[in-house]
Amino acid sequence: MTTPHSDNPSDPFVDPKDDLTARVHQVRNAETSTAHRLESLITEIESSNSTLNAYHEIFADSARATAQSIDTRLAAGDDPGPLAGSVMAIKDNLCTTEGRTTCSSRMLENYRSPYDATVITRLREAGATLVGKTNMDEFAMGSSSETCAWGPVRNPHGKDRVPGGSSGGSASAVGAGIADAALGSDTGGSIRQPAAFCGCVGFKPTYGRISRYGLVAFGSSLDQIGPLARSVRDAALIYEVLGGIDSNDATTSDLAIEPSLADGPVDPSTLRVGIPREHCTDRNHPGVTERLEQTIDSLREAGATIVDVDLPMTDYGISTYYVIAPAEASSNLARYDGIRYGYRAEPRPGESLEELYARTRSEGFGPEVRRRIMLGTYVLSAGYYDAYYKRSLQVRRLIKQEFDSAFAKCDILLGPTSPSPAFQIGAGLDTISMYLNDVYTVNANIAGIPAISIPGGSVEQDGETLPMGIHLQTPAFGESKLLRAASTIESMIRSD
Amino acid sequence: MAKVASLSRLALDAPALDSARNDLLAVLEHVANLQNLDVEGVEPMPRPHDTVNRLAEDEPGPTLDRDVLLAMAPKTEGPFIAVPKVLGEGGA
Repeated sequence: MTTPHSDNPSDPFVDPKDDLTARVHQVRNAETSTAHRLESLITEIESSNSTLNAYHEIFADSARATAQSIDTRLAAGDDPGPLAGSVMAIKDNLCTTEGRTTCSSRMLENYRSPYDATVITRLREAGATLVGKTNMDEFAMGSSSETCAWGPVRNPHGKDRVPGGSSGGSASAVGAGIADAALGSDTGGSIRQPAAFCGCVGFKPTYGRISRYGLVAFGSSLDQIGPLARSVRDAALIYEVLGGIDSNDATTSDLAIEPSLADGPVDPSTLRVGIPREHCTDRNHPGVTERLEQTIDSLREAGATIVDVDLPMTDYGISTYYVIAPAEASSNLARYDGIRYGYRAEPRPGESLEELYARTRSEGFGPEVRRRIMLGTYVLSAGYYDAYYKRSLQVRRLIKQEFDSAFAKCDILLGPTSPSPAFQIGAGLDTISMYLNDVYTVNANIAGIPAISIPGGSVEQDGETLPMGIHLQTPAFGESKLLRAASTIESMIRSD
Repeated sequence: MAKVASLSRLALDAPALDSARNDLLAVLEHVANLQNLDVEGVEPMPRPHDTVNRLAEDEPGPTLDRDVLLAMAPKTEGPFIAVPKVLGEGGA
């Protein structure tokens, strides 16, 4: 495994010289080729994936054909696009015409999509070479990638530690250096928390910025696709390729995608950085608190204005999420009935269609998916709808209003991505403790605002050195400001 | 819990129902804090930004071929998806 390591002890997990942007430049300058990079990665994947379980499937043949085509076009003076030379991995809930799209579920074990998701089409058009599909929590329901039907995914930086979830395979692959970057999806923190656990950048843009056409739906008012990458500049580059209106997704915004980093990093002395008191509590691991304070101190020393802000709705976010997301999931997953596609239980003599549906779903879905479907069904059922679902939608507005008030006082919110670093596989967290991994990330999905996790340095836990993430948020459609600030803070953390 | 499982189109045995009940109660206990908030007069927000879906022009577009769709079905008979008998004796 080629885990990138820098010489900087405060940031041992990422080597900025080894990011996707650098690869693209190297290929364009004919210092190396896409085919060479791909073969090197395939070799690395073959040696490390049996341990990490990051990938479910590799598209070696089609990736080789793509890489060859990209190199041929470049040699002929053609421009195959801004991602030419890069090799990327795709979370297995994004439809690809290559291989299967399983959502890490037995329900879709043999499902082959007849079409590409819009984000896949855009990556191809931008010259990316897609190497394979990555494992995840089943149907994106989880924070540890342990609910994957194909076994748990492992964190490249800690022995027997989870990579986070649900985009754990994508984060593990990027963190281990066996993909230049990857796509994930984020319904409550599923890009950002695994990015924090695996020492990479994870970016969830504003709801509506990136088409979800071809993303297997989980929570339709929360889901967003985004990149996991080795640097903020990589995340910005991929976001600019993916973003923009799509006629196949009526929720996409028609606002233009600005070149995020065209003006370079932001001058920290012009930044008003809000620190939510509720994100700096003693529920955080001491090492997380230490790294957070170090980052805040660096910003203050660089001239940034540090503002304390209150986000008391933080503690209601998980509750709101665990009503809205299961409600939407119970509706979205109703389509898996074993009739038109996906798994079907072996029919029994005399069995009714209803009985076949129920047995198919009970055999095809794992325990966490069944749990959330039942929770969603319960909160939407007669007699409980107003008390749970409608109330949660009202609380969502309160959460949004709270963000609006906070952003009147600051340009950007900064806190930890997760209260703790990666925990052990099989730690046996109870349901609520597992859900609380997303306590700082989930409100960005509820309010639909953009958020990013960047590597914040290392934390010591049980004799291991593990990554932690710094979480940044801005108002809706404020991606340029977010990415520029993230780039500045990334540089500060790397130079500390 | 059996009713919720039935509405969810899930067939669970007694131990699985017990486990599901415990999980559901734990989550409901946690989300009970939502009842502490005053939401009187607050307009529900089904999706972020109060966005409204754009409507497409009512024009035919490309579709997937029937054979492609049939190839995804677990069981087919000729040009049809095969399912268990839906109607009872006498078509009831």
